[in-house]
Amino acid sequence: MNTILRLLVPAAREAVRGRWLLGLMIGLALLGELLLRFSGGGPTTLVSLLDVALILTPLAGLVIGTMQVHHAREVTELLLAQPIARGRLFIALYLGTALPLALALVIGLLAPFAWHGLLVGPDAWRIVALAAASGALALVTTAFAFIIALRADDRVRALGIALAVWLVAAVLWDGLILLIALGLGARPIEGPLLVMLAINPLDLARVLLLLGTDAAALLGYTGAVLQRTLGTDVGRLALGSALLLWLTVPPMVAARVFARKDF
Amino acid sequence: MVAGTGDIEMLILLALALAPQVVLEVTPDGPYRTIAAAVAAAPRSATVRVAAGVWREPTIEITEAITLEGMPGAVLDGEGERELLVVRGGGVIVRGFTFRNTGTTYSEDRAALHVDGAWGCLIEQNRFEETFFAIYLSRVEGCTVRDNLVVGTPGTESATGNAIHSWGSRNLRIERNDLRGHRDGIYLEFTRHATVHDNVSTGHFRYGLHFMYADSSTYARNRFVANGSGVAVMYSRGVVMHDNDFSGNRGPTAYGLLLKEITDAVLARNRFINNTTGILADGAERVEVRENRFESNGWAIRLLASTSGGRFLANTFVGNAFDVTVNGRGTLGVFKGNRWDSYRGWDLDADGTGDVAHYPVRFFALLVERAPVAMLLQRSLFVRVLDAAERVLPVLTPRGVVDEAPQMLRADRGGAE
Repeated sequence: MNTILRLLVPAAREAVRGRWLLGLMIGLALLGELLLRFSGGGPTTLVSLLDVALILTPLAGLVIGTMQVHHAREVTELLLAQPIARGRLFIALYLGTALPLALALVIGLLAPFAWHGLLVGPDAWRIVALAAASGALALVTTAFAFIIALRADDRVRALGIALAVWLVAAVLWDGLILLIALGLGARPIEGPLLVMLAINPLDLARVLLLLGTDAAALLGYTGAVLQRTLGTDVGRLALGSALLLWLTVPPMVAARVFARKDF
Repeated sequence: MVAGTGDIEMLILLALALAPQVVLEVTPDGPYRTIAAAVAAAPRSATVRVAAGVWREPTIEITEAITLEGMPGAVLDGEGERELLVVRGGGVIVRGFTFRNTGTTYSEDRAALHVDGAWGCLIEQNRFEETFFAIYLSRVEGCTVRDNLVVGTPGTESATGNAIHSWGSRNLRIERNDLRGHRDGIYLEFTRHATVHDNVSTGHFRYGLHFMYADSSTYARNRFVANGSGVAVMYSRGVVMHDNDFSGNRGPTAYGLLLKEITDAVLARNRFINNTTGILADGAERVEVRENRFESNGWAIRLLASTSGGRFLANTFVGNAFDVTVNGRGTLGVFKGNRWDSYRGWDLDADGTGDVAHYPVRFFALLVERAPVAMLLQRSLFVRVLDAAERVLPVLTPRGVVDEAPQMLRADRGGAE
């Protein structure tokens, strides 16, 4: 444990020094501030932030994660020559990248709300849920970035793959779902579609958040569709466990790739 | 004193001459010990005044034009097995009672207060608790129902009637009532020339307001909030609804306002807020929808192809998932001078009217109309891309619905007006 911490702290410091995180955090906070100030802080504020966070978080996770692996490559090789277990080194590297990112997102999202005193009250959980989902997404996508960067040694190629993965997860996957929905619209396909949504962590986070926000309750018909499947405890449990799977499986896969990699 | 008795008699005679009204008091100690006895004895235009206390009597029937008045605390209790009061004559006034506990029945429309074949009655300031139907008007002409409070029994979803029910009546006035927790708040059937205003109708299991074959009626300043299925109005012509609140009606079959086979109606200055569907028009002809506010609804307006001749003027649309959807590509109505928060046009000459037309039906809305499950993609980046593509390639946008003169939403009141 001690070893992990001793390795994690410098890794995290390295990640923060990149200025990317600081920029992301300040950008999000500024956006939140602007939205709170100019759109009255109503449900529209939250929905706009939700849009931005759902697009930005996975992109940041994939790009920053990929860059970080390559950035830390020489240090990693050096450390591997030391008597340190690979598993511990991986944990330190992964958490050292993912946690600062997740923290930056969470703080950036929450700060303006805290500043305006909106973190207490009956509606506070919505922004907290959004921040938590963003943090979770950051952890998941950073793990994916690690898998990509560890498999693709060329920096540009790794970045390209990461962007492609983002494009598929953020855009094309939903296009596929839409095509299937239109093709089979008359049949009861909510179940399979929900599985397709759960397969994509971005969609999973979005649906979970939509279920929570006011805008979602308003979704009305969506509400109805989801209610039939997700309104039950079983459905919610299934979604929750899917999220849990996403939080654990990709880092484990990345650890495996890291353990087997011939540096 | 010697002259005393004569003076008192004179005074009594004078009083009677000044106030010709006969008052019959019902108290546990007489002169009348039951309401029924007093009602039977009361001459035309007399007042039967009932003292505080719980009165348990067989169903009381009024056929003369009298005033039945409950003192504060006067309760009529049906002991769970009967109607409480039946009014059959003209000019009856019922005021100040608490009607309670009619019990539930499925073999008849049992009501706490049943007005049958009467004219010119006035029912005011009563309270209804645990009643199946509260006020039931059948074949009534020119009655006023006002300032009543009707409270439903919790947990009786399948076992409750309507708060105010009217059948085959004319010229009703239903004002300032507070109606809660029944099947329908106000249900008018074959009832013409009704004026319904300033009522609150909320928490009903089915509709806050429901009418069928109810022509030439006006609904104003009512609040229909959080009812199981919202408000549904059907098979009527010449209906005017203005300044009402249709809010918080959520669910796949809940509508702020469902218009089914409605002809020549005017909807003005109403507020549709937080509904799954603000207005669903199915078979509505020549409906004018003017100066309403649609905010935070799933769908603000859904038009089914059976609708024609609608005019949608100067309404405001803010924060709805979909402003307008249609289930076809035809032209279902005229939209003009509305304010849309989804309008992306500009106003270079600053006259308040946008310089380019607005097409409020999104392409995605059409897709959702075809495959409702696609709603799951709401707010996804793919749908954003679709929206952007729509702006670049106008061919995607359904052209059937267009606002040629969209008004600019002023930024300073974009969110909350």
